[in-house]
Amino acid sequence: MAAQGKRRVLITGVSRFLGLRIAKRLENDPSIEALIGVDLEEPPVPVKNLEFIRVDIGNPLIARVLQASDVDTLIHTNISSSQAILGGRSQMKENNVIGTMQVLAAAQRADAIKKVIVKSSTAIYGSSPSDPSILREDHGTGSDLSGYGKDVAEAEITARDFGRRRKDVDLVILRTQNVIGPTVNTSMTDYLSLPVLPTALGYDPRLQFLHEEDAVDAFVRAMGADCRGIFNIAADGIVFLSQATRLLGRLPAPVLLPAAEALANLMRRFDIVDFPTDQLKLIVYGRVVDTQRAKDAFGFAPQFSTFDSLVDFRDNRAGELAPGPVERPPWERELFEYLKKAQTQKETV
Amino acid sequence: MAEAEVIHIDTARSAQRKTRERCAATTSSGRPCRNYAVDGRDYCRVHLNDAVARGRHPSSSGRKVDELHKETPPTPSNFFEWAESFINRRLSGDYPIDDFGYDAELAREVLLPMAKPLYENYFRVRTYGIDRIPATGPALLVGNHSGTIPLDAVMVQYAVANEHPQKRTVRNVAANLAFTIPFFGPLARKTGNAVACDDDANELLRRGEIVGVFPEGYKGVGKGWRERYKLQRFGRGGFVELALRMQVPIIPVAIVGAEEAYPMIANAKWLAKALGFPYFPITPTFPLLGPLGALPLPSRWVIEFGDPIPMDDYPEDAADDAMLVFDLSDRIRDTIQQMLYRNLSKRGGAFF
Repeated sequence: MAAQGKRRVLITGVSRFLGLRIAKRLENDPSIEALIGVDLEEPPVPVKNLEFIRVDIGNPLIARVLQASDVDTLIHTNISSSQAILGGRSQMKENNVIGTMQVLAAAQRADAIKKVIVKSSTAIYGSSPSDPSILREDHGTGSDLSGYGKDVAEAEITARDFGRRRKDVDLVILRTQNVIGPTVNTSMTDYLSLPVLPTALGYDPRLQFLHEEDAVDAFVRAMGADCRGIFNIAADGIVFLSQATRLLGRLPAPVLLPAAEALANLMRRFDIVDFPTDQLKLIVYGRVVDTQRAKDAFGFAPQFSTFDSLVDFRDNRAGELAPGPVERPPWERELFEYLKKAQTQKETV
Repeated sequence: MAEAEVIHIDTARSAQRKTRERCAATTSSGRPCRNYAVDGRDYCRVHLNDAVARGRHPSSSGRKVDELHKETPPTPSNFFEWAESFINRRLSGDYPIDDFGYDAELAREVLLPMAKPLYENYFRVRTYGIDRIPATGPALLVGNHSGTIPLDAVMVQYAVANEHPQKRTVRNVAANLAFTIPFFGPLARKTGNAVACDDDANELLRRGEIVGVFPEGYKGVGKGWRERYKLQRFGRGGFVELALRMQVPIIPVAIVGAEEAYPMIANAKWLAKALGFPYFPITPTFPLLGPLGALPLPSRWVIEFGDPIPMDDYPEDAADDAMLVFDLSDRIRDTIQQMLYRNLSKRGGAFF
């Protein structure tokens, strides 16, 4: 079925930032035979050679898509930190945890799969003053995770279970640091876009970012290289939040720590910034990770340092490109058409 | 029969040892590294990243911020130009810090000079043996901790930054409590402190830094006046394990004077418990005189750096030999205790 040496790649969350950018990077890759993307809505920009399938990853039908499409590489990017895009915390958890379970359960059944790359996040470490200054992959999961961090931790448990059951599959888990850049929208970019940055009085966290280009690059490199395991993905170098504030030309608004959570909730209520309270500790204690393992294993080579990422974010950020909340169109029909098509193709082969 | 079996196991083990490659690096004292190389590589875990670091991108992490800090330091003649450029860089956020948050320029040109009157005029610190700290490469400074507020760490840092020929930076590791204190925590980061854990100390030594540890910890700074200059238990000997594994020399440091700066006559344990602190000091002036009582008393200080104790001529896997670790830890503790007594009698009066 698959031509010699050519890959069949399926990307989940292909209409979101990361999935879309990975798809765009792979669209002209001659070593790829088929590029399949799944998501709830069509990619906002056309991707050449992309076969788009509208399917909810939380739906068991994803298993049939994986089998019918006969992919050998699965890139699961559909893990999101944004409640606003997904429409609330419970939908977010549904998407992140149950979605990952469904996708990987499906992948476990798909015999052709040889490589699975799962997007995780450094949020899994939490933020604590007693952590080492530079976190390595073997550092445990943070102790009091909630929200996104907890989702990611649970998704990783699912992924590691999958890895144990399918030892023949190269499982790669990429723990990405906060992604920023000219086009990406995350709670961090929302926060950094505020004219006045609320900070915790008396604290100045060490922040580390990941430029969007380097994030995409990490996935593409991890796909191409012969590697497996858990990797931190982040830019080199760090900045203090106070430094970032000045770099961006913003004014800091120090808030007493006990009032910070209330303020964050208030800002979310009024749609100013979707900064989840579980990420608050990040702007109190910060988080820095070591990326040597990724550099050694698949030649991860970030082009932007944390400092350069911030400068790029500051200088090249055009207007807001936030996608609206996901509507659920009647996608089942298209899906069945695809499955039928795939079935007839298989029969004719 | 049983004897034969013992020999059999031993030979099997030594055969296994021989087949494993040793690390190709040399330690800071020029001896070949005794660690085993990582499977399929030429270097051990300690030096593997070093070897990688040689081929790293210039803007990459792992570089010492002292190297990045290239701005010309202020001299009396160009002070105003320097100040202008400094303020501009600060306001625009354009300055380098290392991965631990050490801000070399801020620490070197602004914060440490602020400690100068304290060091030179108030405590009248005298230092001995500063040239025993190597000109380059990693070393582990092990000191006694005392005086309620860890001013001794600051004074050691100031001493090495100003009196050492290479003006090196001491990177102290501090208890994580320090980093939870508002204002103080970020300041501790910016002046080059890191968290007292294996990972941080390892990484700093790997980068060739001088790391300062105070193995007594809270037991040292929080001990009462009656126990002055009596070294407390040296933790669990973690610093010896660290030095053995990284094969860096240990330099014992004796600090005399900090005890009298804040003589702790009592410890309000209930208050400490309520505030979540390891101790709450009562000194002759604090809390009696309020904030004024937080000023240290003008004691005379002596800091002596002892002879480096090499850690790379011990047998392989020495760091895993718990007995050796305890033994070394005790010996270093004794050395520092002797240095303390010697300097205490040499110093004369505590204040005049």
